[in-house]
Amino acid sequence: MTVSSVQSSEKPVEHIDSITVRFAGDSGDGMQLAGTQLTNTSAIFGNDISTLPDFPAEIRAPAGSLAGVSGFQIHFSEQRIHTPGDGCDALVAMNPAALKTNVQDLAIGGALIVNDDAFNKSNLAKAGYDENPLENESLSKYRLFRVKIDTLTTEAAKDTGLGNKAILRTKNFFALGLTYWMYGRPLESTFEWIEKKFSKVPAVAEANTKALKAGYYYGETTESFAVRYQINRASIPAGKYRKITGNEAVAIGLAAAAKLADKPLNYCTYPITPATDILHELARYQNYNITTFQAEDEIAAMCAAIGASFAGTLAATGTSGPGLCLKAEALGLAVMTELPVVVVNVQRGGPSTGLPTKTEQADLLQALYGRNGECPVAILAPATPSDCFDMTLEAFRIAMRYMTPVILLSDGYLANGAEPWQIPTVENLPDLHKSHPAANGNAFEPYARDERLARPWAVPGTKGLQHRVGGLEKANVTGNVSYDPHNHEAMIKLRADKIAGIASDIPPLKVEGAEDGELLVLGWGSTYGAIVSAVENARKNGKSVACAHLRYLNPFPANLEQVLKAHKKILIPEMNMGQLLLKIRGDFLIPAIGYSKVQGKPFRISEIEEKIDEVLKG
Amino acid sequence: MAVEIEVKQFTAKEYASDQDVRWCPGCGDYSILSQVKKVLADLKIAKQNLVFVSGIGCSSRFPYYIDSYGVHSIHGRAPAIATGIKIARPDLDVWLVTGDGDGLSIGGNHLLHAIRRNVDINILLFNNRIYGLTKGQYSPTSELGKKTKSSPGGSVDFPLQPLSVAIGAEATFVARAHDVNIKHLGSMLHRAAAHMGTSFVEIYQNCNIFNDKAFAYATGKETRDDTSIVLEHGRPLIFGKNRDKGIRLNGLAPEIVELGNGIKEDDLLFHDEKAPQPTLAYMLSRMYHPQFPEPIGVFRAIEKPTYEGLLHEQIKHTIETKGVGSLDTLLNSGDTWVVN
Repeated sequence: MTVSSVQSSEKPVEHIDSITVRFAGDSGDGMQLAGTQLTNTSAIFGNDISTLPDFPAEIRAPAGSLAGVSGFQIHFSEQRIHTPGDGCDALVAMNPAALKTNVQDLAIGGALIVNDDAFNKSNLAKAGYDENPLENESLSKYRLFRVKIDTLTTEAAKDTGLGNKAILRTKNFFALGLTYWMYGRPLESTFEWIEKKFSKVPAVAEANTKALKAGYYYGETTESFAVRYQINRASIPAGKYRKITGNEAVAIGLAAAAKLADKPLNYCTYPITPATDILHELARYQNYNITTFQAEDEIAAMCAAIGASFAGTLAATGTSGPGLCLKAEALGLAVMTELPVVVVNVQRGGPSTGLPTKTEQADLLQALYGRNGECPVAILAPATPSDCFDMTLEAFRIAMRYMTPVILLSDGYLANGAEPWQIPTVENLPDLHKSHPAANGNAFEPYARDERLARPWAVPGTKGLQHRVGGLEKANVTGNVSYDPHNHEAMIKLRADKIAGIASDIPPLKVEGAEDGELLVLGWGSTYGAIVSAVENARKNGKSVACAHLRYLNPFPANLEQVLKAHKKILIPEMNMGQLLLKIRGDFLIPAIGYSKVQGKPFRISEIEEKIDEVLKG
Repeated sequence: MAVEIEVKQFTAKEYASDQDVRWCPGCGDYSILSQVKKVLADLKIAKQNLVFVSGIGCSSRFPYYIDSYGVHSIHGRAPAIATGIKIARPDLDVWLVTGDGDGLSIGGNHLLHAIRRNVDINILLFNNRIYGLTKGQYSPTSELGKKTKSSPGGSVDFPLQPLSVAIGAEATFVARAHDVNIKHLGSMLHRAAAHMGTSFVEIYQNCNIFNDKAFAYATGKETRDDTSIVLEHGRPLIFGKNRDKGIRLNGLAPEIVELGNGIKEDDLLFHDEKAPQPTLAYMLSRMYHPQFPEPIGVFRAIEKPTYEGLLHEQIKHTIETKGVGSLDTLLNSGDTWVVN
C-alpha cells in the first residue's frame, strides 16, 4: 500500500492505491449485503475489485457465537488486482465473535471498527473472552474505532415508524456508510438499490437510507476519524463491465451456450453447496428456453442430463464433491454412450460432507479417475470467476465436438468470489452449432467415427436413424453389443485416443514471465490470482520466475512437456495434497515440487512468495 | 399420450429390431415383447418418435429388440433417464421397461419420483419375484421365507407390493396383467399407452429358470378363475369359475362372499378406477393370494397434469410475458458500468 497525502476541504485525504476491507458479523447481520454494496459501488466507481464472502455452514448459528460469524472481504484498487487480498487493511466487527475470528487477518496498524454496543457481557462470554478486549491492550497494534453502531442506528431511524428490532436490522448500512466516508465512495448506487429493493416497504427503505447517511456523516463529523482515503479509478481497458461471481458466470455461460448452439438447455441438478446458485440463476432464465430440473438426487440429475442429451438438447448438471461421487456411475454411462454432457463440479472441502462452504481443489483425481473401468473424460478448470463463462462455453464446444462428457472443475472460491468482467459482444462468442445426421438410405451406424473419432449425434424423431445405446460394450461402427475381446481393447483405446486428441484443438499453455527461467510455478483453477500476483512480485524483486496456469487438465495442452522441461524447477501450489503434482510427476517423470494448502481457504500471495524464495534458495 | 401417426403402417413384426432376442427359451418376456409390438402396430406409432428406456436385468434387454430409439442404461436409473428425455422432448413417446429388482430395489427412489411427477411415460414392471440376470437371488417382491442362493435358510426380507408403492407415490394410472393372458395384457398396454401421465403396469412374468411357476396359481387354467379377479370400471367385483363369488366391503376391509342366499350383485363392491381418492385402488392392491383372488386390470386411472406439460406451459408463459430472451440482454444484465 503506497500512501501519499492529499488535502481536502473537510478532513485530510490520503491517497492509497488499494485497500482491503472486511465486514464480519453474525450471519443475520447483513454482512454479505454490506460487502456486496461496497463492491458494486467500487466497481461502478472504476476500481478493479476482487471479493470473497466467507459464510458459516449453518444458516443461522446461535446469535453471537463463533460458529455464526459471516464475513465478506473486498479488495479494491487503482491497479489491476488478482485476489481479494491476503489479509485486510480495515475490519468492521459487529460483535465480539466477529472480532475474535477475524482480527488475526487485520494488518498491523489497520483500521478496526467495532460495534461497541455489542460488546456486552453475554456476547463476550459467547465469543470466549474473559475480559473485554476493547478495554485492555490486546488490540493496541490496530487503530481501534469504538462506534456505538446500535445506538446510532436506532437514533438515526427512530422517526421511520419501524420497531426497534426492524431498525437494528439496518445497522449494516450504518457500518457501510462509515466505510463509504472513509474510502470516498459515492452513495448514489446504494440509494438506488435500497429504493428498488424495498419499494414495497417505504419505511424500511427510509430506515436503510437514514442508517447509510448516518454512518457516512458520523465519519465526517466525529473527531476520532481524522483521515479519509482516496483510491483512484484503475486503468483498465475501455469497455462495458459488470461484476460477476464464478457461479453467475457458469450460469450465464450455460445460457449463452444454448443460444449459441440454438438448442434448448436442460440443467438437471440437485441442490448442493456451493453449486446451488447456478440453479437459482438459471431458474430465472426460462424465457431463454432453459429448463431447470431439480431431480430427486444427484444420480437422477446426472441421468436426466444424459436423457436430455440423448434427446438432442444441451444437457448439463451441477454439483459439488459428494455429488460427483454419486454421479460417477452415470458419468461412465455417458462415456460409453458417447453423449455430450457438461458436469460442473464446484469443489468444496472434503472428504465426505467436509467443509461445505469452504474451498478446496481436491476432486481433480476423482474427476480424472473416479469411475470404474478405463473411463476418460475431458476436464477443464476456469482460473478466475469471469473465466468460468469462457470455460463453460468451451466445455460445451468440446462436449459436442467430441461427443463426450466434460467436467468443469470450479471451486467455492471461484463460485462466490467476484471480479469485474468486461462484457463480451455476442459476435465474438464461438459458434456452437452442431449438425445432426439424417438418414441417407444406408443402414445407420451410430458408432461410426469422424476425423476426431466422434460418433454421430442422431436425435430421436429423425426417421430411419433408430438405434440403441447403453452401458454394455459397443462394437465400433455398428454400436451393437459386443463381448469380443479385441473389440473391447480397441474401444478402450479409441475412447482414450478421442479424449487425447482434444489436445490439438485447445490453445497452448501460456507462460507468463521468463520462458526458460529458474523456476516455473504451475497452477490450475482458482489459485491463479495468488500465483500470478506472487510471481509478479518475485519478478519485480529480480527473481527468475515464471508461471503458467492450466485451464485444460484432460487432456493437457500439447506444449506442456516442453514448457515444463524449459525450466529448471517446477513448483505446483494446490489446495489439495498434491493431485496435479502426482499427475505431472507421473506423466513427465520430472521432480516437480508440491506446495499444499488444505485449510478451506485460498492461498495468500505472501505464502506463495515465501515458497518461491524457499525453492529458489534450496 | 401424444401419438404421431405415420403414413406407412408397420405390422407388429416390423417393430422388431435386427437383433436376436436372447432371453431364455420359455421366458415370459417373449409374450410381453410380442404384445408390446402389437400395440405399437395397432397405434401406428412412428418408430422414430419411440424411445424405449431400461435399466439392468433380464427385462432391461427389451430396448434392443424394438426398432426404435433406445437406451439400455444403468441399474435402476431408467426413470431418471426417461424423465430427462421427456423434459427435453415432450413430443417423444417414451416407454420404460424395468423389473422388480431394477425398479423396486436399486431404482426405488427414481421410480417413486417419476411416478410422483406424473411424467408422461409408460412404465412396464416385469415382476418375476426373483433376480434372474444374477442367477437367482430373492428380490423385493419375493415372498418371506423364499429359499434362494442368497437365502438358503429362507428370506427374512419382507416383500412389498409394487402397485401399493405406485399408488402411494400418487400414481395416476395403475394396472396389472399376466404375461400369459395375452389378450388382457394387450388391452392393459393399450390403456397404458392412451393414458396421459405416468402409466404403471405390473406384469406377472414367469422366470422359468430361477422361479418357475411363481404365478401358476394366477395363470393356470384350473385355478385362475378362483385366484384372479378381473377389474372392470363400474362393475361389481365378481370372480370364480361359475362367477358366483364376489368381494364385499366389510367396514374398511374386503371380504369374499358367495352370491345367492340373499346376497345380490348390488351388495358387492363396485370398481371405480376414476375414484378421486386412491383408497379403493390401494385396498385392491393389498388383496393377495391365497387369502384373496388377486385383481388384474386397471386399478386406477385419473387425470392430472404431467410434469413436463406444466414445465413447458410455464416456459411458454414466461416467453409470452417476458419475450424471448436475447443473449445480449443476458450478458448485459445486472449492475454494469462503462470504462472509457
